[in-house]
Amino acid sequence: MSVTGLRRVAVTGLGPVTPIGTGAAAFAEAQRAGRSGISTITHFDPSDVASKIAGQVDDDLSAFVDPREARKLDRYVQLALAAAELAVRDSGLTGEELRGERTGAVIGSGIGGVKTFEDQAGVLHSRGPGRISPMFIPMMIANMATGHVAMRYGATGPSSTVVTACATGTGSVGDAARYIQLGLADVMLAGGTEAAVTPIAVGGFANMKALSTRNDAPQEASRPFSASRDGFVLGEGAGVVVLEEYEKAKARGATIYAEIVGYGTSADAHHITLPAPEGRGAQVAMRMALATAGVNPEQVGYVNAHGTSTHFNDLHETQGIKHVFGAHAHELAVSSTKSMTGHLLGAAGAVEAIAVAQALHDGILPPTINLTDPDPLLDLDYIPEGAREQQVEYVLSNSFAFGGQNAALLFRRA
Amino acid sequence: MATFEDVKDVIVEKLGVDADKVTPEARFVEDLGADSLETVELIMGLEDRFGITISDEDAEQIRTVQAAIDYIGSQQ
Repeated sequence: MSVTGLRRVAVTGLGPVTPIGTGAAAFAEAQRAGRSGISTITHFDPSDVASKIAGQVDDDLSAFVDPREARKLDRYVQLALAAAELAVRDSGLTGEELRGERTGAVIGSGIGGVKTFEDQAGVLHSRGPGRISPMFIPMMIANMATGHVAMRYGATGPSSTVVTACATGTGSVGDAARYIQLGLADVMLAGGTEAAVTPIAVGGFANMKALSTRNDAPQEASRPFSASRDGFVLGEGAGVVVLEEYEKAKARGATIYAEIVGYGTSADAHHITLPAPEGRGAQVAMRMALATAGVNPEQVGYVNAHGTSTHFNDLHETQGIKHVFGAHAHELAVSSTKSMTGHLLGAAGAVEAIAVAQALHDGILPPTINLTDPDPLLDLDYIPEGAREQQVEYVLSNSFAFGGQNAALLFRRA
Repeated sequence: MATFEDVKDVIVEKLGVDADKVTPEARFVEDLGADSLETVELIMGLEDRFGITISDEDAEQIRTVQAAIDYIGSQQ
């Protein structure tokens, strides 16, 4: 039992599928090197959209998803299946150990199968509703990553799907951790997935003026906390972690990367896309994450920021951190791994949970790259110089979403 | 006229099965593993490929590869 009277939650498997690397080792190495995964879009011809850059996953997924099976799966599900398989392999859990009602899955997506939606909308307009594929609905709906992951591993325990836009990954891991804390499951496959580098999604985000248009320098376009930041860079990918009840994980000799000790969620109740001034809603989520663990702000050594590289997020998140941490805000390290991966929307928080678990386990904090021209209003230690060797005890990971939904997870060194 | 090879192409594409499993006698559900949604996809694929319309009632009777070839021949 923890100090809160809840069961403890260990992170024992890491499955990142990202623009900077697939698999835990490649992902960690790319963060240490401070590598950008952003390039000119190749998934479609981006000539007619304002933002022509994105973080794409170029790795072959056929090792994880049979090409025949893949025909009936939207890319967002394929990415999730790859991430889940990587996480399971990394955990060392066997198929027999995973099967049954003590294992559950919460794999969220911000949007779901938007490419499938786009393709079938084309069929609708050109040939009418009578020619819509019977696979359209089961390929498109946003709960199918959870469904397919549960089917693959025979995980018949707790099952749900978080759809909180850019806070999805963090909410998924947080909700899954809760099931273990409350004793409703012993193992959870948790994470997020997104495959929205498609014309309709890029067009939509671009016309909101949310995306960077630094098309001539893709690798410098995601530049959180810099004075010249001009929007986020869309990314695709998935992140899945294996969560286990701590004592059981310890007993089987699992590698415990980190422990999840706190989780908070909140709503700005303010605006569909703009964050509340001073990060008011974000503050509620951060304080809740700390309070649920009985941890003081001064104990936190690193914050993995939402850090999208938009004007408003980075401003209000920084203000929110200052309100929650007070003077300690200037002692903390804060960084945005989105500077390297781009913004993976519903997968972002899950991929960042993996980055945090690696930071705690390896004693290396990931950098904010491209921070060559700091915004004078943003004066925290954003780790601009490159990955930093530093062992911290507690890490907070933030995610904030359109719709004003916020989520924060608190991790402890194992 | 629908040839065996033409129909086989559609079946391989829609059901994702090995081409050598597609014989005239093969049954879509029992032998080729089609579920109910895949069966609908297959029928729609045959309609597209051969420019015909297959009613739901007729579709229910098309259970083997040879039955599909015969049906398409009767409609063209």
